[in-house]
Amino acid sequence: MRDAIALLLGGDAELYGIIGRTLAISGMATLVAMLVGVPLGYALARGRFPGRTLLLGAVNTGMGMPPVVVGLVVWLLLTRSGPLGDWGLIYTREAMVVAQFVIATPLVVGFTAASIQALPAQLPDLLASLGAGRLRTLWILSAEARLGLLAAVMAGFGAIVSEVGASMTVGGNLRGSTRVLTTAIVTETSRGNLPVALALGCLLLSLAFAVNLLLTLIQQRRNG
Amino acid sequence: MALPARSIAARAVALLLALCPGTAPSSARAQARDMILATTTSTHDSGLLDSLLPVFRASSGIEMKVIAVGSGAALAMARTGDADAVLVHAPEAERPYVESADLVEGVRVMHNDFLLVGPGEDPAGARAAGGLAAALRKVAALGPFISRGDGSGTERKELQLWKAAGIDPLRVARREETGQGMGATLLVASERRGYTLTDRGTYLALRPRLDLVPLVEGDPTLLNVYHAYVVNPAKHAKVNAAEARAFVAFLASERAQVMIGSFGTSRFGQPLFFPDAGKGLP
Repeated sequence: MRDAIALLLGGDAELYGIIGRTLAISGMATLVAMLVGVPLGYALARGRFPGRTLLLGAVNTGMGMPPVVVGLVVWLLLTRSGPLGDWGLIYTREAMVVAQFVIATPLVVGFTAASIQALPAQLPDLLASLGAGRLRTLWILSAEARLGLLAAVMAGFGAIVSEVGASMTVGGNLRGSTRVLTTAIVTETSRGNLPVALALGCLLLSLAFAVNLLLTLIQQRRNG
Repeated sequence: MALPARSIAARAVALLLALCPGTAPSSARAQARDMILATTTSTHDSGLLDSLLPVFRASSGIEMKVIAVGSGAALAMARTGDADAVLVHAPEAERPYVESADLVEGVRVMHNDFLLVGPGEDPAGARAAGGLAAALRKVAALGPFISRGDGSGTERKELQLWKAAGIDPLRVARREETGQGMGATLLVASERRGYTLTDRGTYLALRPRLDLVPLVEGDPTLLNVYHAYVVNPAKHAKVNAAEARAFVAFLASERAQVMIGSFGTSRFGQPLFFPDAGKGLP
């Protein structure tokens, strides 16, 4: 146990590297998932087109997609003998961002669609009649749906920062390069360093808590 | 055609990654020399590669990507050209890959041995059985036996040993498969008060955490030999052949062999692996 405490307090360069990497990869994947997922969620919530219910059903299924399956599919696509093998992305942080993006996006779309649908249906028309343009309408709606949108960020980030299967498969858990907190925990466990594994687990939990606390503060501002 | 697509995609992702703090864009480093080594979990879980690779990187400038899987999965990566070199310990399983020329330029790197381990009180009586085959029959009758079940070199050895002792693995009492690496399997066996077959290296590395003792050792069939191969660049165009050759040559070099022979002696009181380069195959 002393090892574990020393590791947390001493904080060697490798540990800082793992923490920074974990935040950067999952943060980047969440950001891209928001850029793609929020407009999609909005379109699904407000659009009226054939197959919309089917699509919503698909998104809701995707919210529970097993990360290890996503990892396998992304691995098959990116591996050297795969269709995108020439991109040379397998076992890189970029590959991990791609896999985590695929996991997070359905969550973002689903939460966004739900929060937009919770707004009064006449709101967009009302804003238009007041002379708001498309972008401005989207902005005001987003501000109104802030609770739900921030829930979308937290759900997406929470899912991928704690995910291990896909990160292990497409990242390869390379020391100093693609090892993140979850895969480091697996490594330490299989090496029998259980106190260190547990310490890393506590660290991951506190990291997730810090990020979520920050987002919750933004979410609850002016609402308290 | 492939090249522009690669560079555009890689640059776009690298640019995105560069925007976040804490990461240097790794595709910039992908331009530097790197290679993929598919290997067994024992070389990784024991910590051997962690001690060898910094020396290899310093002397060659090659960045190594170690993918630690069972020997079966490592060999499969060789067949599809998804790895540049392999370091494995399943001579029987390696042979078809050598015959199909997926693996070339093999060298014998090192050996250690397998142990039959189990709880100290040894309820099945394996220790006193008199010999490996008799011990296995005792274990088969009582169990539980915890198997890797992951197609690894260790599992292949286990299945061979059952066969040699005249036992159908399906009839082994309470034989359970973890589907995981050696470290995880040892932990399960320890918790379940079961028996398992392990390589000496991983067992010694994990011994402080285990409630398991060696019950049978020293039988000639328990020899565990590690070979390194280059994945044939003539069959798989994307293989980084120069890097793979440099790594295999490094493993056989005087310097690496001395490191292999002394690895773990200060921590465990005995070596985990015995250097073997120059002894030829197998």
